Amino acid sequence: MSPSSVWLVVLVAAVGTYLLKLAGLSVPPAVLNRPLIRRAVELVPAALLAALVAVNALSTEGALKVDFRLAALAAAALALALRAPFIVVLVVAGGVGALGYVVAG
Amino acid sequence: MSGGERARVIRDGLGLGSAVGLYGVAFGATATAAGLSVLQASLLSLLMFTGASQFALVGVLASGGGPIAAVGSALLLGTRNTIYGLRLAEQLSYRGWRRVAAAHWVIDETTAVTVREGGQELSRLAFVASGASLFLFWNLTTVAGALGAKSFGPVLQAALDSLVPAAFLALLWPRLVRGAELLREQRIVAAGGAAIAVALTPVLAPGMQIIVAALAVLLALGPFASRRDPGPGAGDLDGRPAGAS
Repeated sequence: MSPSSVWLVVLVAAVGTYLLKLAGLSVPPAVLNRPLIRRAVELVPAALLAALVAVNALSTEGALKVDFRLAALAAAALALALRAPFIVVLVVAGGVGALGYVVAG
Repeated sequence: MSGGERARVIRDGLGLGSAVGLYGVAFGATATAAGLSVLQASLLSLLMFTGASQFALVGVLASGGGPIAAVGSALLLGTRNTIYGLRLAEQLSYRGWRRVAAAHWVIDETTAVTVREGGQELSRLAFVASGASLFLFWNLTTVAGALGAKSFGPVLQAALDSLVPAAFLALLWPRLVRGAELLREQRIVAAGGAAIAVALTPVLAPGMQIIVAALAVLLALGPFASRRDPGPGAGDLDGRPAGAS
C-alpha cells in the first residue's frame, strides 16, 4: 500500500471509530436498543476476535503456516484457563514463542 | 459520598491504566513492524484509542491487506463501543462539549469500571480516572514500543509475533467462559468466525477473511439460534473482568 493510502487508512479509521463511540452516547437508546441489533453487536466481536486469533496464529502472507506462534497461543490459552492476569498471559506467550523460534527455527 | 469511596474509585482507575502498559508496547512494536511510522502508530493510539480496532488495523496491514479490509475490520470491532456508549449515556449524563470529549474514552475498560458504580458523581469519577490513566499509559507505551521495535532482532520479533494472537485470545476469553452473556452463542460464533477465517485465508485478499468472518453471527441469529430471548440483561458488562481493549 502506498504511504498516502496508509495515512488515509489511519485517519478514516480513527474518525470512524470515534464517531461510533459518540453515536452511543448521543443516539436515543430506542434506536439501537432493539434485541436483534443488540444481540448482533454483542456477538460480532466474538467472530472477529476469533478470526483475528486464527489468522494471526496461522497465516503468513496469505498462506496457512504452522509455526512457533501456535505453541505460544496454546501456552496463552493455558495461562488464561488458570486465570492468569493479562500481562502474565502476554509474557508467557512471548516467552514460549521466542523459545519455539530458537528451538525450531 | 465518602472520601474513602472516592479514593477507592481513583485507585481502581489508575491501577487499570498501568496494567495495560505491556499491551501498549506490543501495539507500538506491532504497528511499526507492519510498516507504520512511529508517528502513525502514535496517532492511532492518540486518535483511535481502542486497542482491538488498532491491533486489527495493523494486523490487516501486516498481512498485506488493502485499505477497505483495514478500515472495515477496525470499524466492525469499534461497534461494541457504540453499545458501551448506550449503556453509559444515562449513567454519566454528559451534555454538550463534555459529551464530545468523553466519547473518546468510551472503551472496554472504562465501561467495565464505570458500570460497577452507582450515582452520577461516582460514575463520572470512575470513568475519568480510568479513562485518563489508560489514555496516558496507552499513548506513552505505544511510543516506547514503536521506538523500541526498531532495535528488535529476530528472536524478539518472534516473541512479538506470538504476542498478537495471544492478545486477541485474551480479549476473546471472557466471552467464552462461564458467566458470559449469551455464552452458548458466543462460543458458536467464535468457532464459526475462526473456521471461516482459516478456510478463506488461502482464497481471499489478506484481511478480507476477517471481515467475512463477521458473518458467523448469523449462526446465532438465524435458524440455528436458540429461541431463548436474551432478556433485558443481555449485553450488560457487570461481572466481566476488565481485559485490555
